[in-house]
Amino acid sequence: MTGTETAPSDRYSISVEDLCLWYADFQALKHVSVDIREGLVTGLIGPSGCGKTTFLRSLNRLNERYGNVKTTGTVRILGKNIYDADVSLGELRKAVGMVFQRPNPLPVSIYENIVFGLRVHAGARALTRRQLDELVELSLTEVALWDDVKDVLHRRATHLTLEQQQKLCIARLLPLKPSVILMDEPCSALDAEGTAAIERLMDGLRGRYTIVIVTHNMAQARRTSDECIFMLLGELVEHGPTVNVFLRPTRKETEMYVEGRYG
Amino acid sequence: MARDAATTTGPGAGDAIGRFAAGPVERRKALVERLVAWLLGSLTVLLVLPLIAILATLVAKAWPVLSWAFITQNPQTYMTAGGIWAPLIGTFYLVFISLAVAAPIGVLAGVYLNEYAGENWTTRLVTLAVVNLAGVPSIVHALFGVGAFVLFAGIGRSVLAASLTLAVMTLPVIITSTKEALAAVPQSFREACWNMGASRWQTIRTIVLPNATSGILTGVILQVSRAAGETAPILFTGAVFYVAVPDRGLASFFPYGLFDRCMALSYHLFTISTQVTGVSEALQYGTAVVLIGLVISVNLASISLRVYLRSRKRW
Repeated sequence: MTGTETAPSDRYSISVEDLCLWYADFQALKHVSVDIREGLVTGLIGPSGCGKTTFLRSLNRLNERYGNVKTTGTVRILGKNIYDADVSLGELRKAVGMVFQRPNPLPVSIYENIVFGLRVHAGARALTRRQLDELVELSLTEVALWDDVKDVLHRRATHLTLEQQQKLCIARLLPLKPSVILMDEPCSALDAEGTAAIERLMDGLRGRYTIVIVTHNMAQARRTSDECIFMLLGELVEHGPTVNVFLRPTRKETEMYVEGRYG
Repeated sequence: MARDAATTTGPGAGDAIGRFAAGPVERRKALVERLVAWLLGSLTVLLVLPLIAILATLVAKAWPVLSWAFITQNPQTYMTAGGIWAPLIGTFYLVFISLAVAAPIGVLAGVYLNEYAGENWTTRLVTLAVVNLAGVPSIVHALFGVGAFVLFAGIGRSVLAASLTLAVMTLPVIITSTKEALAAVPQSFREACWNMGASRWQTIRTIVLPNATSGILTGVILQVSRAAGETAPILFTGAVFYVAVPDRGLASFFPYGLFDRCMALSYHLFTISTQVTGVSEALQYGTAVVLIGLVISVNLASISLRVYLRSRKRW
């Protein structure tokens, strides 16, 4: 990071240029170019199949695991094109974490879930038990889960409620000190209360992490995001402050979508 | 009848009598339903009957010889008396060595096929080969064992050659069951690991394999009973008519060297039933009871292990 004096939101954390992506013959992303501001919550909205999840997954190269995917264009994160040949997926994913639609804690203890990332990157013996304990407490406190689970840290994470599981999935990213957190409809498996809890949590992370969230729920996009990107049929249609996208959209398609005429 | 109640429930209630009663089609359906349930039930019972009949016959006819001494003593007086210690320990040798070879290779090959190999022409060819290998008759495996291990590798007819032949025979099922056990681990666990920057191997070692253990172990253990029961593969590769081995003390547990030939239960049963005259029926049946008892107890162990491991995991 360069030590500039500008406010966090004046800098870009992700710069996408002319990104195209094909699943075999089907083009899922068409010449997407966008700059995503550091420290803000950016919402990705659009009807099903518009490419928003694909776009999100291309920000940490998760698409590649499913063969037959071709990507062109550049995605700069912290100034580095992540599609360059010298980028290691392990290092990239340390910096760009992802939270999934369905909470997917690993079938090990809560404690092990949190330290898993560190173990994977540093080797088990690089950190002392004490350091690990501290990191676990810190991470769980950050997501407001510490008080609920501090006595059952060695129980299986899959026994937690869905809301707690999703919080854990966010907490386990934090010890890796990511710059970007990608969220793929993180609340769609949760009830209203769980949704509110996760949204409060996102609010607390705002400013310290760049968050990109895909959501089907337009009210949620309005509540949680600072900026919004509207996508349609693989193209980026509109990008701007959330208020503008919802109240003064510049494109007809955006207006009709946010009014609920289709999608 | 509820006629009184019906009349008090208001206008039109009288029409409700007989409403929802079964018509001719419904009655026919109900009849067919009963017939089908009865038929399927009796077929299931029919399936179990032979097993019970076989076990009962075996145990009844073997009853006179069944004792602890039968298991711990060697065959005596040209195999017309005594016990089955030498073949029993031989079977243990063959099973243990063959699995020690086949299990690691099979499990690792299964891991490769399910976790690393892409969906391409080569993978399909390998999978096809594995499936076909599983269908090869055991006598063909025996001939392969003679050609490859006894003659070509120069091991000669021995415990090692017989075990390797059994290993080749059990490999395909171990590979297939490993693949299936791994495929049953939810993809979301792998995604979660990859997303924290874990490599494929880290993911497999820390998450995928521990959650597939019950399936893999079941597959491996079931091959114990197969390796213990087969006669053909060891017939030409290492089993022998009779060996005098110690049946007392520590030495009785290590009677065979890797390059010695050995006796085995299945082959012993074959010889005392068809090759040796004057063997009492009880002795033959006793050998069969021990062999089948061994197989059944290994299978039971496999099932209980599976149940235990299943009860510990949850997702």
